[in-house]
Amino acid sequence: MPVSCSSCVEKRAMLKRPKTGHSLCKECFFMAFEEEVHQTIVNASLFKSGETVAIAASGGKDSTVLAHVMKVLNERYNYGLELMLISVDEGITGYRDDSLETVKRNQQQYELPLKIVSYEELYGWTMDAIVKQVGRKNNCTFCGVFRRQALDRGALMLKVDKICTGHNADDVAETVLMNVLRGDIARLRRCTTISTASEGEGVVPRCKPLKYAYEKEIVLYAYFKKLDYFSTECIYSPNAYRGHARTFLKDLESIRPSSIVDIIHSGENLSVREGVKMPVQGTCSRCGYISSQALCKSCVLLEGLNRGLPKLGIGKHHRLHGKILSQQPLTEKEERKLKSVES
Amino acid sequence: MFLFFISELKDAVRVRHSCPLFVKCLQKMCQMQRGAGSSSDPCRRPLLQVRPTWEVGAPPCSFFNESRTGSGSCCLSVRSCFREYFTHKFRAMLGKTRLIFPGEKVLLAVSGGPSSSAMLSQVQQGLGQSAQKKLRFLPGLVHIDEGGALGLSLGERQRLVSELKAIFQTSGFPFHVIPLEQVLDLPTSAVNTTPPSSDRAPDCYKAAGDGGELQQGGALAEPSVHEAQTRSLQQLLGSATTLTAKEELLRTLRQHLLVHEARTRGYSKLLLGESCTRLAVRLLTCVSLGRGAHLAQDTGFSDCRFGDVTFVRPMREFSAKEIAVYNHMFRVPTVVIPSLETKTLEKASIQRLSESFVSRLQQDFPSTVSTIYRTSEKLQTAGGGCCEEDGRCLLCLCSLDTAAGKASALQARLISEQLCCQKPAGTVKVEPSPPAGPCCSSADGECGSAAGGAVCCSSEAPEKKDLQKLLCYSCQLTLRDMSSVAHLPQYILTEAQRRKRRSLMKDEISEFLLEEEEGSS
Repeated sequence: MPVSCSSCVEKRAMLKRPKTGHSLCKECFFMAFEEEVHQTIVNASLFKSGETVAIAASGGKDSTVLAHVMKVLNERYNYGLELMLISVDEGITGYRDDSLETVKRNQQQYELPLKIVSYEELYGWTMDAIVKQVGRKNNCTFCGVFRRQALDRGALMLKVDKICTGHNADDVAETVLMNVLRGDIARLRRCTTISTASEGEGVVPRCKPLKYAYEKEIVLYAYFKKLDYFSTECIYSPNAYRGHARTFLKDLESIRPSSIVDIIHSGENLSVREGVKMPVQGTCSRCGYISSQALCKSCVLLEGLNRGLPKLGIGKHHRLHGKILSQQPLTEKEERKLKSVES
Repeated sequence: MFLFFISELKDAVRVRHSCPLFVKCLQKMCQMQRGAGSSSDPCRRPLLQVRPTWEVGAPPCSFFNESRTGSGSCCLSVRSCFREYFTHKFRAMLGKTRLIFPGEKVLLAVSGGPSSSAMLSQVQQGLGQSAQKKLRFLPGLVHIDEGGALGLSLGERQRLVSELKAIFQTSGFPFHVIPLEQVLDLPTSAVNTTPPSSDRAPDCYKAAGDGGELQQGGALAEPSVHEAQTRSLQQLLGSATTLTAKEELLRTLRQHLLVHEARTRGYSKLLLGESCTRLAVRLLTCVSLGRGAHLAQDTGFSDCRFGDVTFVRPMREFSAKEIAVYNHMFRVPTVVIPSLETKTLEKASIQRLSESFVSRLQQDFPSTVSTIYRTSEKLQTAGGGCCEEDGRCLLCLCSLDTAAGKASALQARLISEQLCCQKPAGTVKVEPSPPAGPCCSSADGECGSAAGGAVCCSSEAPEKKDLQKLLCYSCQLTLRDMSSVAHLPQYILTEAQRRKRRSLMKDEISEFLLEEEEGSS
């Protein structure tokens, strides 16, 4: 029996919304999806008219949909934004080079300027080279930390006012769960905020317009809009622990579809006890980037790579920051500890 | 047998990085046992190689030193050391928080499960000790017989209750076995916060609680279970279409009944036996259920949302394993009572899923439980301690978290729902979708478009909608999963109507009100 769309009633429903369970036709779904993103943007007042906004594009589904929706909404509601794409080339052969091709195609379709920043030019290291030294374990730490800074640097080069990223509701909920599992109260508190305040020099505010959009709906949107995206997992080992949280979240969603938003609600309403130690934000004394330590994480990681001590940035070695800053050599014992990663 | 204990202990200890005392003691024991020479007695062999994983500078192990100076090179058995460790931890928990005063009447909620039974055994022990170390509160026991909710036969229920009564009787404390059916007859005060300072313990109740030793509680409880009551309780729980909602509902009802019992019998503290493992699971469940604002109350050491009765969780430092070892070692009697989750699949409910998730993760990452548990210690209740009653959820009594701003998850959810059924819903052709499936539950939300009936505002919708306004985010979700609100106990419905009337009244006079007044009732 054909089911009619619960919104316009006339047309035949094509899909069941993962978020609410309603049956909708294609057009109503597009409308609803776009409208929700619009509401998110308006309610959180993410942008101001006249701003230049960079969309962090990886070529994956989230950022492709984000770029598409942002362009559509910018025209429909006259946000008055100047949009551009920014991509980070981590230097992963067989993965990023292919996805960058997708980004380049998107750029032509959407007629947006594109900027690609690469790890190689910023840090002198490609991920391929890093993995060679670090091994398959823990390399995501490097990639993640470097990417954050690379995006900022790229945004500074382009002189944009804001960056928006394709983080979806599933990502946010998963991060909430991860931070509960890790006991990371500082991150737990800020991981649900939709946009980072301008944190100071050299940091461009970021926002997540897809914060309340379900991953499944993003895929549905891309599927029905026939958007061109790249859907291969990174060839280097995925984060095993995060995988547990992800599976848990998917199971929760299958029990109660609203779980994802519910978890975000939980995260938004947490209140941390007074007196719990919170990291104080300062700046890195080497590169000037924001950091809660004397040295920012990417400088520590880079130092580790350059000294051939990859473990330097993995785990906590704050004691050694002084030595790194003054360019002193480490003792043999310290070096031995930091050398081997596989243990 | 003994080897089994040791390996269990070792596991338990590895998990609990926070108990340097006991592990230090075990280490010293190992050294001594090694020094005592190889013996065929398994007790004297060095069985443990416990690596210290905590910082140095922990307090010295006083009881160990004591026993060594006492009898020279005696071999301390793991048994007595473990007992000391366990007791020390239990009492330290009560001691350092200074929440329970000497002479205070304290009600222990005993389900019969391992954790609450261990708690009972600890209290029993504490009261029997020498005067200097003696616990100085006046304990009473309460057990809520949930057999009706689980659909157990009368015979089965009686068997379980009599098993428990036997345990309670040996403790010598006054006890009360209350069937859950009594929740249907609660007064509306059960869902209201009473200020703690006011005349909280009427003398007549106090006398009854003190004087009526053993049989009184049990004798009172039994005749009051009528079949009709059991049926309406089952109807109430049956109206919850998902197991998740059912469990939350049962939890809420149990809480109300416990508070009511404590109140009427003049107890000001209610001890819950939730272990560290259980609390970690609960924390994750709460996060998944959208109870983020209430995490501190739901999992903290003390919970004063009811005002005059404070919930205390003295077992929260013990892992389920430690408790199991303790119960096994000292033959603490427990009663196996089925729950709603018994014999269900992993994905049957959010609670069940969280539990299996935590326990599976715990196997691979032994610090999981304690890390989650530590997270809970860093949280506090949102919006301060006491606020006016309109600001509290009708069901869980936590302060409402639904006044979130425009850019919030709650708002996002409402927008999604509106967008999907924007058009006049009277014309919607409703397809008969089975309301039982968990996937459909979100469809019969506020608009009632799928299962609610032909019109958006079906006959039951307004009542449900009114009730929704009085609930916190998470309890709203539970209510959404209920097919009707008609089976809710009268005290909840009456109180809902009262609050509704009051808010109407307030609306009417709002223009004359200069300031929001607090605590007006």
